[in-house]
Amino acid sequence: MSAPAASRSQVGNPVSAWEPVIGLEVHIQLRTESKMFCSCANRFGAEPNTLLCPVCLGLPGSLPVLNERAVGSVLRLALALGAEVHRRSIFARKNYFYPDMPKNYQISQYDEPVVTGGTLDIGERGAPRLVPIHRCHLEEDTGKSFHPEKQGDRRETRLDFNRAGVPLIEMVSEPALASSDEAYRYLTRLRQLVRVLGITDGDMEKGSLRCDANVSLRRPGAKELGTKTEIKNLNSIRAVERGIEAEIRRQAAILDAGGRVEQCTLLYDVDHDALAVMRSKEFAHDYRYFPEPDLPPLLVSDAALETARRELPELPAARAERFETALGLPAYDADVLTADYEVAGYFERVVAAGAEPKAASNWIMGEVARVSKERGWSVADVEKTFPPARLAALADLGKRGLVSGNLAKEVFAAMLDDAGEPEAIARARGLVQESDPEALRPLVRQVLAENAGPAEEFRAGKEKAFGFLLGQLMRATGGKANPQIARDLLRQELGQGP
Amino acid sequence: MTPHWKKSAGAIAREVAAQPGTASAVLEAHLERISAWDPSVHALLARDEQGARAKAKAARGGPLAGVPFVAKDNLCTRGVPTTCGSKILEPYVPPYDATVIARLAAAGAVLVAKANCDEFAMGSSTENSAFGTSRNPYDLTRVPGGSSGGSAVATATGMAAFALGSETGGSVRQPASFTNLVGLKPTYGRLSRYGLVAFGSSLDQIGIFARTVADCALVFAVAAGPDENDMTTRPDGAFSLDGLDLSPGAGKGLTVGVPRNILKEGLDPEVAAAQVAAEEALGRAGVRVKEVHLVPPAACVATYYLIATAEASSNLARFDGVRYGYRASDATDLLALYTKTRGRGFGPEVTRRILLGTFALSAGYYDAYYRLALQARRRIREDLAAALDGVDALLLPTSPTPPFAIGEKAQDPLAMYLSDIFTIGANLAGVPALNVPCSFTGSGLPIGVQLVGAAAAEGTLFRLGAALEGAIGGERRWPELPS
Repeated sequence: MSAPAASRSQVGNPVSAWEPVIGLEVHIQLRTESKMFCSCANRFGAEPNTLLCPVCLGLPGSLPVLNERAVGSVLRLALALGAEVHRRSIFARKNYFYPDMPKNYQISQYDEPVVTGGTLDIGERGAPRLVPIHRCHLEEDTGKSFHPEKQGDRRETRLDFNRAGVPLIEMVSEPALASSDEAYRYLTRLRQLVRVLGITDGDMEKGSLRCDANVSLRRPGAKELGTKTEIKNLNSIRAVERGIEAEIRRQAAILDAGGRVEQCTLLYDVDHDALAVMRSKEFAHDYRYFPEPDLPPLLVSDAALETARRELPELPAARAERFETALGLPAYDADVLTADYEVAGYFERVVAAGAEPKAASNWIMGEVARVSKERGWSVADVEKTFPPARLAALADLGKRGLVSGNLAKEVFAAMLDDAGEPEAIARARGLVQESDPEALRPLVRQVLAENAGPAEEFRAGKEKAFGFLLGQLMRATGGKANPQIARDLLRQELGQGP
Repeated sequence: MTPHWKKSAGAIAREVAAQPGTASAVLEAHLERISAWDPSVHALLARDEQGARAKAKAARGGPLAGVPFVAKDNLCTRGVPTTCGSKILEPYVPPYDATVIARLAAAGAVLVAKANCDEFAMGSSTENSAFGTSRNPYDLTRVPGGSSGGSAVATATGMAAFALGSETGGSVRQPASFTNLVGLKPTYGRLSRYGLVAFGSSLDQIGIFARTVADCALVFAVAAGPDENDMTTRPDGAFSLDGLDLSPGAGKGLTVGVPRNILKEGLDPEVAAAQVAAEEALGRAGVRVKEVHLVPPAACVATYYLIATAEASSNLARFDGVRYGYRASDATDLLALYTKTRGRGFGPEVTRRILLGTFALSAGYYDAYYRLALQARRRIREDLAAALDGVDALLLPTSPTPPFAIGEKAQDPLAMYLSDIFTIGANLAGVPALNVPCSFTGSGLPIGVQLVGAAAAEGTLFRLGAALEGAIGGERRWPELPS
């Protein structure tokens, strides 16, 4: 779990004479139980070539059988984007040779995709910035190549087909993003969305989200698009942002020098901040798409749409709105908590366990976030140490006046290594504040006796002396006196209280 | 006493059910036929005598208990080599059974061997097999037809009681016609294609060779029906023998249509005579015969060769030497691995069709060829449906000629393609068609005719086939074992 993200400063566009036009193609790897077209497990990190069958290995005679759960995923995404779901769409074969693609064609969708249109909001609540989406379609993933390994005097490429046939959604934006920062926000927001929708873990390092970017430049205000290039395999959000920046700089330099941008496909090396041409236009693939004869048209029934609608979780903006209105959180808290749906879920569970919402928010955004960042904890890790009821009990100590402020943070710190209940920990470590006036009274008298001068000053009308006396009292109690009780008692003994 | 190898599949199953021990004797009789015949006709590729003996020994009941059969070598058989008649799959042994193979096994049938075929089912003579040509048992200098030629020859000679083949464009009916057999191309989607190595996926359909209509219907009833492993199977694809009348009078009151407009030219005179004989025979059986109109079949051939080759170019892309099958051992980079493996692994006809199909799907040509072919296919389907409107089936020759000589068309692909001129329409339309033996030429070569029905009308085709079979009558004319 990460600490609340500071609001990002605008990454400066290095070139002002040119207006970048950016489109993103994102491959979203679906976390279905089984693969797209067979019943093999869809699991990351298994021993190579252990999740295989004749279908995903493309053995002769095998045929694909569509995984309905993958269809459900793309329907939920379509609903979240406000996109159009086509009740009849067509699978198509994309033909090209690659060793880690078992059939040497990929089952995808081409001219009749299941979803078109819709928008992704990359703005803030109340200040939307809607990026139009071109389409979303279903397809299967390829295997993985590991190359080349030196084996004596031979170089060998090793292939792992576990990933072959894992379901993907390809989501293509319109060329409507204006900067690398917008691309950054698009991906951040999309990752948040697909996690909330429960269709992927969204982990870019594991390849669960993979991004290609199309970039072109034009004169500001121009209607026509410039020649675009495609940057492939951007495998972190940072790589997307920096790769696009590098490509904008590269194209601007060409255009500034009076040259022409050549259409090509590029690879971006994030470690060296370098772009390399992977293939030029002459070597562009002819994918020879044609309708997949092994699969009937994909028909989306009313029932399937209804199920998707029912399974559609509350989206982040609506959830933040609810945190504000129903739970009375400040807008800032609501936005921070809902930025990560797992954090938001944890917050709701803590509240459900009895915590006062603002107190729960303070704990989660404060100490919990700090410790998670230090220790690299996920929300699941947090919950091992701080199950919702336990955090709620901690929050409750404050409400009941048992502990407060820095003492509470000490209780929290103690709870990291002590599995006891918060109250027991507070008591055992003497962190409970003293609220019994009769227990405090002797100390108050002692403080007044030892500080007769300031007490006299106070009685003479010098209000400032009260703060000094209170400070002395708190010191005498080791900071454990309930401040309100201590204050009342002090005034009483000074002859002013009730 | 009738030798086992002459018996029908139905008769064998009944005997084995009554007396399980007979299955082994039945198998041995067929194995003896294989020893006697196969050196002359080369119908078979891999044999599984050991597996077959174990299966026969275990045979108890089931609609095909103890019935020996062979399967075309493009049907996957677990543990038994499956080459598709190609060098590129010469070392390939599938880890799974095709659905249809599994269903036959569950019904008690005994797989004896894999049958020779044109490489990847591309051809009409078996001359394109990488492992040698099969020969027609009625004249060893002639082809048995193709691409399922080996399956046909095995059934015609009594090496097997029935056989599985496959059709993309006439590859069961034409060899059935050439070898005196009943040959069924079912409605698309009625038999699962799972485990059938794909050629043209939207056209491919497993077919059945048998010596009688009754046996064909029996095997069909076992094999047909939806399969969760093949999304293109029909939910209503199952077939029941209950109430199916296969008596000689079964066709009474039915009507067949004869598309005379396409039978005027290019027909061998003896084939034309057989067509007339079939019409007369059906007439005698109480079937009405009327004239209908069909689109000229040349359009079917062009449409077929665009669609089938386009799909084949994609289906055969997986044979690249990376995961299974033949791999060129002297390749030093990826491109060389592909080009050497595929260049050496595929024969000339397969190479030709991959190139044709790749071209038809290429950017800039797709609209002119593939898209146009899909439109033509819709027209052909509509035209066939219109011709079937008001009749129960069409009756027309299966092949425009009797079996041709080995080598006669091997160097002329177009002439070879035209030998499928009457069969391709049913494949493009996805409707069922049944070849029924009709007569013999003066020199003793078989000639068949085919009945083409509406989708899912196999039952009607069986009734008409039985009527024709009954009206023609007579003892089965077995091929004579060469001395």
